[in-house]
Amino acid sequence: MRDRLLLAVLLCLALMAIAAFMTVNLRGNLAFALELRGIRLAALVTVATAIALSTVVFQTITGNRILTPSIMGLDALYQFGQVALVFALGGLGFVSLSPHLKFGLEAAALMLLAIVILWPALKSRMDLTLMLLAGVVIGGLFRSLTSLVARLIDPQEFAIAQQTMVANFSSPNTELLAIAMFVTLLAGGYVFARRNLLDIIALGRDTAIGLGVEWNRVVLIHLLLVSLLVSVSTALVGPVTFFGLLIAALAERLTPSRRHGRVFVTAMLLGVIVLVGGQTVLQHGLGQASTLSVVVDFVGGLVFILLLLRRRLR
Amino acid sequence: MIEIKSVSLVREGQRVLDAIDLSLPKGGITALVGPNGAGKSTLLSLAARLLPLQAGSITIDGLPVSSTPGKVLARKLAILRQDSGPPPRVSVREMVGFGRFPHSGGRMTAEDREMVAQALDRFELTDLASRSLDRLSGGQRQRVMVAMTYAQGSDYILLDEPLNNLDMYHARKLMIELRRLADETGRTIVIVLHDINHAAASADRIIAMKDGRIAADGTPEKIMRTEVLEAIYGFPVEVVDAGGMRLALQYARSGQPRDQARPS
Repeated sequence: MRDRLLLAVLLCLALMAIAAFMTVNLRGNLAFALELRGIRLAALVTVATAIALSTVVFQTITGNRILTPSIMGLDALYQFGQVALVFALGGLGFVSLSPHLKFGLEAAALMLLAIVILWPALKSRMDLTLMLLAGVVIGGLFRSLTSLVARLIDPQEFAIAQQTMVANFSSPNTELLAIAMFVTLLAGGYVFARRNLLDIIALGRDTAIGLGVEWNRVVLIHLLLVSLLVSVSTALVGPVTFFGLLIAALAERLTPSRRHGRVFVTAMLLGVIVLVGGQTVLQHGLGQASTLSVVVDFVGGLVFILLLLRRRLR
Repeated sequence: MIEIKSVSLVREGQRVLDAIDLSLPKGGITALVGPNGAGKSTLLSLAARLLPLQAGSITIDGLPVSSTPGKVLARKLAILRQDSGPPPRVSVREMVGFGRFPHSGGRMTAEDREMVAQALDRFELTDLASRSLDRLSGGQRQRVMVAMTYAQGSDYILLDEPLNNLDMYHARKLMIELRRLADETGRTIVIVLHDINHAAASADRIIAMKDGRIAADGTPEKIMRTEVLEAIYGFPVEVVDAGGMRLALQYARSGQPRDQARPS
């Protein structure tokens, strides 16, 4: 009962955020403005969904409640791929490459690297402290590698690469929107259909195998899906380190039982509320006083510290 | 029938299991006893495919554990491990319901629900059914885990030290319940125990392991002797006859001469 009410409230809030996003301060050519806002809305909702699902799934397969794909530096890895591509092809070559091909290449590279780096740790569940440490180190490594390569390339070409390096919710990359929505829908549909299996995965390796789960295969598939969803959100708006943690931790608190069906929907709705609502407030209420990514990372960072202090690691 | 053939395991250069041959026919309770590090838990883990086999073979009713699909095996054999990590935030009923996963795939049928209700009832958990698992005591949680293992409905049940965390009442109750399970439903139960007296009271067969080998194997009458127990545990265990039941008095008593150091 309580959780139905919660979902209803969240749904209302999300719809209100969407309505406000579409209508506040609307003037001039209505058709044009609505189309522009509609496209940006679709991008924001796609990002919220991709980050919510990838974070919850990642936390389940790694068996922790603190690490997220972005804290582990997966989005930094995606960016590294991008900058490396600019480096290899040169600015002109990079720009002339079809955006879909670029996205495909980078997503594939990310999936491959995620497996090489994370698979050994996931095969047998690693100690959480060790994971946390590895995550910080891996994240730092990729971020430094990205800036190293960025220094190596021509300043002109760096400008091209830089567009993709800062999170930007007010002008998402709409070139890739169609493919991003498609991928999110497919991957999201898959993990949602497997929500009962994920409940079992959350019990840990031994219990899950005892209940007939083909652990290695299932964890591998879900790790690939997480990488794919991270590619989507990073391609659309760039990296947001603490957004996933923020909504996953909130969803965790709000749902009475940690069944994935509920957690998924709650986290997605929270994501939409924070992104779409936050963007509306900042843009129209506070007159672009700050960028949403800064606020989200600030609040999310506070949540991260809070979680560490309260030591509710699971 | 669980058939274990020349199973060996080396971990970090240490020989944990040394060419174990064992066959456990269907039915009854078999207790695995022995000192810490004897390889009991490792053997159970291998049989339940939690660890990959290095050498030898294990079959459950003719199905090799190394190549049978997980789902098929999970309907034949359930395992309860010693530590199952921190409690997930789900209700007792949901947790026991997870035991039906190999049958339901997560979509519970009326039959699954019936089985869950029965498991809750059997292990005196009905009153706690809607409580969240992270609000239970260690002993209550342990009972939930046993109930979940039971709800899996498999012919073979492997339990790794299920009496951990249980008080005297619930430990006794669990052993009685396991005995009833074996007698009434013909389940085969293999249980790792540290309390040899529980093993003697409830098991049909006791297998003692030491240093990765089988040190003794037989009925409780055969194992519950001072010389047999001394060979396993390395100190003379006094065994008394208490109303037809053989009891090992392993307890430290004041005024007794100190034991010699245990041979390694």
